[in-house]
Amino acid sequence: MTGTELLLWVIVPYLCLAVFAGGHVWRYRYDKFGWTTRSSQLYERRLLRIASPLFHFGILAALGGHVMGLLIPKSWTEAAGVPEVAYHAVSLTFGTIAGVGTVVGMALLIYRRRTVGPVFSATTRNDKMMYVFLAVTIVLGLVTTVLTNLTGHPHDYRETVSPYFRSVFYLQPQGELMAEAPLGFQLHVMSAWLLLAIWPFTRLVHVFSAPVGYLTRPYIPYRSRDDVAGSRKVKPGWEPVATSSRRP
Amino acid sequence: MRVMAQMAMVMNLDKCIGCHTCSVTCKQAWTNRSGVEYVWFNNVETRPGQGYPRTYQDQERWKGGWALNRRGNLSLKAGGRVKKLLSIFSNPLMPSIQDYYEPWTYDYETLTNAPAQEHTPVARPKSLISGKDMKVQWSANWDDNLAGSPALTVEDPILKTLGDKVKLEFEQTFMFYLPRICEHCLNPSCAASCPSGAIYKREEDGIVLVDQDRCKGWRMCVTGCPYKKIYFNHRTGKAEKCTFCYPRVEVGIPTVCAETCVGRLRYIGIVLYDADRVLEAASVEDEHELYMAQRSLLLDPDDPEVQREAELAGIPRDWITAAQKSPVWALINRFEIALPLHPEYRTMPMVWYIPPLSPVVDRLTETGHDGEDAKSLFGAIDALRIPISYLAELFTAGDPKPVRDVLARLAAMRSFMRDINLGREPDVSIPDSVGMTPEDIEDMHRLLAIAKYEDRYVIPTAHVEGADPQELAHKLEETAAECSLDYDGGPGMGGSGPFGESSGGASPLAVENFHMLKQRQTSDTFVDPADKRRRVNLLNWDGKGAGKDLFPPREGEHRGAPDIAQGAAGTDSPGVVEPRP
Ligand code: SF4
Ligand code: SF4
Ligand code: SF4
Repeated sequence: MTGTELLLWVIVPYLCLAVFAGGHVWRYRYDKFGWTTRSSQLYERRLLRIASPLFHFGILAALGGHVMGLLIPKSWTEAAGVPEVAYHAVSLTFGTIAGVGTVVGMALLIYRRRTVGPVFSATTRNDKMMYVFLAVTIVLGLVTTVLTNLTGHPHDYRETVSPYFRSVFYLQPQGELMAEAPLGFQLHVMSAWLLLAIWPFTRLVHVFSAPVGYLTRPYIPYRSRDDVAGSRKVKPGWEPVATSSRRP
Repeated sequence: MRVMAQMAMVMNLDKCIGCHTCSVTCKQAWTNRSGVEYVWFNNVETRPGQGYPRTYQDQERWKGGWALNRRGNLSLKAGGRVKKLLSIFSNPLMPSIQDYYEPWTYDYETLTNAPAQEHTPVARPKSLISGKDMKVQWSANWDDNLAGSPALTVEDPILKTLGDKVKLEFEQTFMFYLPRICEHCLNPSCAASCPSGAIYKREEDGIVLVDQDRCKGWRMCVTGCPYKKIYFNHRTGKAEKCTFCYPRVEVGIPTVCAETCVGRLRYIGIVLYDADRVLEAASVEDEHELYMAQRSLLLDPDDPEVQREAELAGIPRDWITAAQKSPVWALINRFEIALPLHPEYRTMPMVWYIPPLSPVVDRLTETGHDGEDAKSLFGAIDALRIPISYLAELFTAGDPKPVRDVLARLAAMRSFMRDINLGREPDVSIPDSVGMTPEDIEDMHRLLAIAKYEDRYVIPTAHVEGADPQELAHKLEETAAECSLDYDGGPGMGGSGPFGESSGGASPLAVENFHMLKQRQTSDTFVDPADKRRRVNLLNWDGKGAGKDLFPPREGEHRGAPDIAQGAAGTDSPGVVEPRP
């Protein structure tokens, strides 16, 4: 591993992951109120009706594809008797469908955000930055997949990117594997690491509140009143002066 | 039997004059913020009319509340859990801002800034959503007092169910006001629709609240509530709803809307109910039976068995006493004149209504009859079938009988008490004919007509470990007063947090409102730029001080935030002009 490889594929990724994890913990502790989807459906719903499901289901499918491609080692699928060609055909087809859905959905969403007045004025600088990182990552991903396949000699990322990705989590990072991958893959992976680093500070945090618990919880939650009268809990460190008997 | 206590309200529609004071005071107290400009926790609609948001009662369109599925089980009308999760990215059943109205303000600045010209300058309406010029086309009470009738009125979903002939006749015979707040339902479909589980019912008093930290903005509750009393704050991305003014009722004072009601028509008290039987009552097959099923949930606080169970369930003694004295319980179960709004939504709503007799009386007097004579009143109630079927669609899922009985009781009280007030021998056959005793009628009269403050509001204070009510009240003040000085950080203190409008820790409500008001009065754009908070809005001007941007700065004076201390103490600087009438 050269110094550049070490920096790009080991140091930066670990930094990004640390920010990703630490950022979420920090945000969850200090900014639960800001943790929301900030839906703009109230302003506009016709475009959203098509674009949002297209984008979200597309990206969920793409996520599923990534889990398969990155986490399942090649040796496993081969042991299961899936030939390389078949694997690639399937992954290319589904990857392209999901990718195109995602990109079209995203394009519509960005178009909507820019042209629908109320939606645009509700867009913060933070949102705009997030859109850049997200869009670059997604487009690079799709373009790379399609381009390398068009050349007729698809790059087998399961020899390079996938083992590299897993190695990061084994804590034995093999940065040199990434150096062998084509430029498209390198850019996609790098932008993804950076996206992860800004993730906890954007509205993307809503991904981690996907409400799966809804499927099993009782319909109507009951809760006991907080023991503090008045509008809200007093912040730690700001309790009013009182003798212990008066403290709630 | 699992006894629970529920804070409930009754509104006596005969007395509502449609003044909207309740809406305005509630707005001043709770939704005087950006993001909730269009939100009216309390709204007053003219019936017949479209309501707010438009045609919200048309559940075939909006799919709010519960319905029985094919197997006869209670299920959310908009679809079950899986369907909800699948439509989470775009909720097809959520009203858009046009179904409410686009909030606006006026460009008052041109009135003072415009150069000398031939024509008087005009303050044009500006959208509070986009900041652009707009044409004002709808509002929360656009069809007030049947304005725009009949063109607008025919869109009333209730009128539509009554058929064509009725529509025309209707407008000449009948109009009344319907103030609405959240129903704090026993079986709240808003809570059931929330994927995050952020909406909960408080165990102690049944108030339904949204946990602002847990709400993730999935918007399913807006669809779920058939009364459309959950609103989406478009700035913070969170759902908000009427809180039954819990910081007030916890210390024993009535809600803002009730306290300020000009007609003094609202009653607040607690009722005890059997939580184990709620589902069963909400699943009754025949819609006409829902009213009685809902009533049967309420437990008699004078029954020793109920009292014992209540104490076992941890309900404090003074709450049981309050339940015995509750005006709400008396109006629903002793006098039997309060009816629930739209029981057919099966949410078991807990704001009840005494239907109005006044349209019947008006009709009588208009045609030269005696509006206080028992016989002509009873006759008119039976003859005026249209108002009764309309009221029945509102309060009893279309069953005219209970509405008729209530109106008969009100009519009986009217003529019976007239004789007493005029010093004549009262006709005891009148109470008898509606199944009441003269004492009942007199008690009912005391509650409805004299309506003393302490009879209207029987609100037990919340129990907090180691604190008596006075101390609690003091604490409520303390939280508001101290924090405004002590508290730092959080969205209330000065603009948004780092991640947009809604980020940052929670700040006490009072502090938040204080800073919002200040920012609003000192801003110079109409729409808040997403990263900052600025706004001039005369609606929110409290009449104290001279919201500086209302007037061009004088020479030698800077535009900017007024000094807080100065505003509070009312010692105006020389540059500040006192508002003139
Ligand atoms: S009326 Fe209130 S408690 Fe009932 S469903 Fe609507 S928001 Fe929920
Ligand atoms: S109870 Fe309070 S929050 Fe609810 S409508 Fe009345 S004033 Fe508004
Ligand atoms: S304040 Fe009272 S009288 Fe006036 S509109 Fe509201 S409920 Fe009716």
